[in-house]
Amino acid sequence: MEITVRGLWTMIHGMGFGALYLLACSGALVELYRRYAPGSVATGERDKRFLGVYLAAMAVVAWLTVLTGAYIIYPWYRALPPASASNLADFPQRLLMSNPATIGWHSIGMEWKEYVAWLAPISITMAAAVCLRYGRNLRDFPQLRRAVLGFVWVSLLAAGIAGFFGATLVMHAPVEGGATIRLMGGEKQ
Amino acid sequence: MSEIAASIPATKASHTNGSGAAAILAAGIGSFLVAILALIADRVPEFKGLMIFYKPTGPLSGVTTCAIAGWLAAWAILNSLWRRRSVALGPVNVVAFLLLVLSLLLTFPPIADLL
Repeated sequence: MEITVRGLWTMIHGMGFGALYLLACSGALVELYRRYAPGSVATGERDKRFLGVYLAAMAVVAWLTVLTGAYIIYPWYRALPPASASNLADFPQRLLMSNPATIGWHSIGMEWKEYVAWLAPISITMAAAVCLRYGRNLRDFPQLRRAVLGFVWVSLLAAGIAGFFGATLVMHAPVEGGATIRLMGGEKQ
Repeated sequence: MSEIAASIPATKASHTNGSGAAAILAAGIGSFLVAILALIADRVPEFKGLMIFYKPTGPLSGVTTCAIAGWLAAWAILNSLWRRRSVALGPVNVVAFLLLVLSLLLTFPPIADLL
């Protein structure tokens, strides 16, 4: 079992930070509905800051996702091959653009993903700041609460779009290369 | 914005929605900046060149750095204006969500290409 350094970073970015963020979104939405729904029991002292801290942790994960994507993986994705290159496997963007059947994964998928993903950390940072600022008092500001909820939904949508295209791009043109890391040996057949 | 804030008298910061409103509107502005700067960089080669802050990442580096700087600046300014006030949150939410939805649409290449 081996993995390349680029493959490992792609996993950390997508299956690590990205997937964790998507999973965490469902928890945040449930907690936002549960905590402030009409007739819900008031939260105690112990967990009054829980939601704000949870959203702040999500914001850290969201920023790590976009920053590793933009500054570690994307340069490998968009690297230009030398003029003499006949094998484009190490140049995912050029590999996708070389085939009419796959060019859309770059021209629509990656070009949407690379920008829309940034809406997630911006939205969730705002949600965290508002929840930390108001805490339990957010119950008294229904319009603020609705806005936070809306932004969390949009951050889930933005992260979902980025995650979907990230997964499909990896299927069509994986970012691979660099040193090989041997994870473990298998049994001989 | 000043009309929204001026409509309701200033009060203690802990009992106002001004800080929250500032964060919400700034998030809408920041999201919209990502989309509009990306669109301009796609259309204007000179601007695209200016947005290359880190060559391996290309214009994405400058677009997102400028958008984040604009978002944080907008947040700081709005917060300083509104933190001790209660603002009419309805219009603020409408504008913020409009900017957010526009951001989602404008970053989608087939829609951006229509402009």
